[in-house]
Order: sequence, then structure tokens, then C-alpha cells
Amino acid sequence: MRSNRLESEPGPSRLASPLALEVDGLSVDFSSHEGNKRVVDGVSYAIARGQTLGVVGESGCGKSMTALALLGLVPKQGCVTGRISVSGQGLSEIAIDEWPEIRGKRIAMVFQEPMTALNPAMRIGDQIAEVLHLHEGLSWKEARERAVEELRLVGIPSPAERANAYPHQLSGGMRQRVVIAMALACRPDVLIADEPTTALDVTIQAQILELMQRLQDEIGMAVQFISHNLAVVSEIADDVIVMYAGQIVERASADELFSNPLHPYTQGLIATLPKIENRQDELPVIPGMVPRLDGTLKGCRFAGRCVKADSECHALIPVLRSISPGHDVACHKVRP
Amino acid sequence: MIVFLLRRLLGMAVVLLVMSFVVYGLIGLMPGDPIDLMVLSNPGMTAADADRLRALHGLDQPLIARYWRWLIAALNGDFGFSRVYARPVLDIVGPALWQTTKLVALTLAISSILAIALGIRSAIRPGGKFDTLISFVSFAGISIPSFWLALILILAFAVGLGWLPASGMGRPGEGGFWDSARYLILPVATLVIANLGGVTRYARSSMIETLRMDFIRTARAKGAREPRVVLRHAFPNALTSVITVIGVNFGTLFSGALITETMFAQRGLGKTIYDAILGNDFNLALVALLFATFATLIGNLLADIAYAWLDPRISVT
Repeated sequence: MRSNRLESEPGPSRLASPLALEVDGLSVDFSSHEGNKRVVDGVSYAIARGQTLGVVGESGCGKSMTALALLGLVPKQGCVTGRISVSGQGLSEIAIDEWPEIRGKRIAMVFQEPMTALNPAMRIGDQIAEVLHLHEGLSWKEARERAVEELRLVGIPSPAERANAYPHQLSGGMRQRVVIAMALACRPDVLIADEPTTALDVTIQAQILELMQRLQDEIGMAVQFISHNLAVVSEIADDVIVMYAGQIVERASADELFSNPLHPYTQGLIATLPKIENRQDELPVIPGMVPRLDGTLKGCRFAGRCVKADSECHALIPVLRSISPGHDVACHKVRP
Repeated sequence: MIVFLLRRLLGMAVVLLVMSFVVYGLIGLMPGDPIDLMVLSNPGMTAADADRLRALHGLDQPLIARYWRWLIAALNGDFGFSRVYARPVLDIVGPALWQTTKLVALTLAISSILAIALGIRSAIRPGGKFDTLISFVSFAGISIPSFWLALILILAFAVGLGWLPASGMGRPGEGGFWDSARYLILPVATLVIANLGGVTRYARSSMIETLRMDFIRTARAKGAREPRVVLRHAFPNALTSVITVIGVNFGTLFSGALITETMFAQRGLGKTIYDAILGNDFNLALVALLFATFATLIGNLLADIAYAWLDPRISVT
């Protein structure tokens, strides 16, 4: 077993392809009697090993659907197009019954709600052991022993006893640690964290973020960190993409994005952050709503809410282009 | 667990005590007593004879005093005599209880297993072909009156094909196991069909609800394949609410299988209670009702134990 594991540890074979995750032209469509809805529209990005990509945007911008597409878990009615590859292996062509071998082993996910993400009728040790049993061919006994190790790794005190606990016997922060242990048990290439700290209170949030960063240093996986919380993203991400209505509107390194936001939507998002030094009576908001994505919309999807929008913005779709090295923006009003 | 059981058993004793008083009181409030019946059937009896008989049997005393006497006797194991059968009540209720237990246990076992299997299969693809078919059959099963169903089954399997006896219970001590089992097939089939629809609908909706939960998505994200997701993750969580329905059915069937028992001439508990009330056989009605109550309570207790066993969030201490 041990030798098996060593081979899947970061080694020369994996370093040959430094990009852990490549997504190219990913789209997710839902067709209903009301017509076609494109909830993710031509999204492309890549994450290198050991790097963290922050994905920000408001609710319904397609960030969670992107994550589900990476796991092949888009609901049946949805249609996924585009290319996804993990450490050089393309996932777009694989058959439906091969997906379970990818999930949890190559790409793993941490969900938003630790309260409901765990099976209430199963001991947490067994839930972690299940991943190891499924993917690493361990017997249940071996898998349970490994599960205790994983619980220790995520900082759960007296892990051997806690492995026998049921989820309801743990606090929210502890449960999220269990979810993380489960996701990382097989040392995946890519970890998708979908709002992993949103449901936790602030002190626990910091602990969980710290834990994730420590484990990333140890395991070396790429992390796609989805959040609407800009403060958290600025802290944990190397690069950031900003999504709006299913499209990427801006991409830059975290430092660049927060010091020099170029897209009006990004600027609006950053402006809505409350600042402690200047007391505000009212928090700024971005007026308007996310448009319906039924294909009738022409031009920039943000134009309806944008103060800078003119006739060009309503007529032509802006493409994502490089404004300065490593900083891409999809906006007619931003010129290099 | 032992504390839980002791507390529940104590609670059951209290319920039975209260029930016995209520039933005794209700029967006492009914117009007419056994002596009135004797007067009616024997024109030679005078009013003075009747009063003497009442005093002899203690029927001239107030209700509470009579109840107290009955209770003391019952606690000493003497449940009195049946007026109609002229035999100790327990001799009548005992076999009836055993007959109904066989009927109910078989019905519940078969219908629960079938309903859960069909419910799970339906829930995997709600609105699919299988689900639509099972929904139709379930509603048909719920809607068909059991006396009609019993008649159709008798017509088909007893009269038409001649495979099974139309009614009765076989003579005790005669014939083998198979012989007495043959008499149970049609009544059990009737009760299973009548029961199946409801439990299947329940299992289906509970399963659909569970399959939408977050931890199911987690299980899939782990790389668990669909059969494992459904059977290992969703099923135990969906089962708890199905157990409740089965527990309730247990009680209802015990006293409520009257129509089926009548159609197939099965001397079960429901039929015994019904006949006893019609025949002014108070002692028998009282004791049979108490046994039916007891069975219902046992059903609930079993459901609660199963519940706690399935769902670790429910503790039985």
C-alpha cells in the first residue's frame, strides 16, 4: 500500500505537466421549454500545481456550476461542452461510468455546507475510509486506519475516538475539517473548494483557511477556491478570475486585481467591501440585477448595470483580452 | 437502552390501564346488561329474579366498584368468561391473537420488502416509465376496496383455478404446515395489495427527498458509484420515515383487518372484537380490545427502536 501511495505523491511524473487543471472553452447549457440557457459561457483557465485560483462573482454567476462540470456532476438536463484536463489527462472524452474513478481521486471537492455535506447516518471515520476503499483498493480495516491518520492531518483532536463519531456530534468547523480530510484522502491533483468557509463563523473561517493552505503546501494540489467573499480570496488566492453571468470578465494575479481592478464590475465588487477606516452610513451597491441568460441578450452582459456603458457595449460582445502582462479584461471601455 | 425499554414498558402499562377503564366505562354506559338479555330470552324470569341475578353478579354496584373488581381479578390472571362461548375469555382471544399475528406479520414483511424495493426503484428515475407504472398500480391498490379485492381473489384462485381454499383456517392439528399455510395465502395477498400502494408511495417520496440532499452529492463527488450512493447512502436515511408508516400500519392491521378476516372466515382479533360487541359479549370485547391496544403499542415500540437504530441522531436513553 505504502509503495502505491508514494507513486502518487508529487513526483517527477507529475511534475512533467506543471498544469494541474486546464479548462478550455467550458460551457454549460440548460435547455427547457423556455429556450436555451447558457449558465457557463466559454470559460477558460488553468491552475498550476500548488497554486490557488480564486473564482469570485455573485450568486448565480456560474461559479458553482463550473465546479460541478469539473466533477461531471452537472444535473442530467445540462449539457457540458469544452475541454477539461487534469494533469494532462483529458476528461471531456471519458465515458460516464469512468467519472467515478476521477471524482475523489484526481479532482475532489469541499462543499459549502459542512452541516449537510456529511451523511448523518454514517460514522465520520467510515465516510473518509470509503474514499480510500473506493480509490486505493484498501480493505475496510486498512481504510479505517488510514482515515484516523487523515483526521489527525486535518487537526482533529483524539482522531481515533472521533472517527467513531457521527456528524451531528461535531461542531461546524470540525465537520468542515472532516469534509476536507475526505476530499484530500487520496491526494487529488485538484481540490475545488466551493465557498468552504461561508457557513462558518469568522474565527473558524480563519482556522479552516490556514488548514487548507498548510495542506496545500504539504500535498501540492492545485486549489480552485470559489467564493463571493473578496477578503478571503485576496488572502488565499494566487490568481483570481471574476465571473459575471457565466463569463469571465477579468483575470489577474490577486495583488494586481485588488490594487488595480479594471472591469467596472470588479471595481463595483471591490467598492462594495466595507472599510473599517471610513465609517459609511450606507454600503455601496451595484444597481440592477444579473440579466436572464436566454440568448436574447446582445452585447456586454454587464452593460445594463454599468455606468460607463454606451451603444457599443449594448451591441457588441466584449472579448477577454490582455491589457497588461497577466491581466485580462473583457470590457470595451478598457484599453491597453 | 434498558432504561428506555423499562420506561416505555411502564408507559405501555399505564396506557393499557387507562384504556381498560375507558373501554370498561363505555361498555358499562351501553344500554342493557347481560341480565336484560337473559330476561329477554327467558319469558319465565320475573323482575325479582333479575334483581337477584344482578346482585349475584355484582351488576347492581356502581361502575367504579365493578371496574375495580374486574381489574383486581384481571391482574390475578382471571379475565372472566365469554357470555357467548361460555368459556374463559383467554381461550377465545388467545387463538384469535395468534391467527392475526400470523396474518399481520406475513403481510407486513411481504408488503414492506416489496414496497421498499419498488419505492427505491421508482425514486431513481422519478417520472420515468417504471415510476409511472408503479404510481398507477399503487393508486389502484390504494383505491380498490379490500372486500372487492378479496372476492376477486376468491373467484380467481379458489373458484376458478381451484388452487387455494376460499376461506377458513384449516382444522388445528390436522394436515401439515403447508395445509394451514394455504389458508393464509389469499387473506395475506389481499392485505398486502391493500397495503402496498401506500407504503410504496411513502418509500418513493422519502427516497426522492433523500436523493436530493447535500450528502448524496458529497457521496457522488467522492467517486461512489450510483448503486452505492442509492443503497449505502440514501437508503438508510430514507428508511426512517418509512419505518414510521410501517409501525402505524402494524397497529391498524391488528384490529383493522376485520373486512379481510370476515371475507375469508378467519377468526382473528378484528372479527372477534366485532362479533363480541354485536353479541353483547362484554368481557370478550374488553379483553380483545385491550390485546389490540397492546399490539399497537408493541408496534410503535418496535418502530421507535428501529428508528433509533437507523438514525444515530435519535438516542433512546
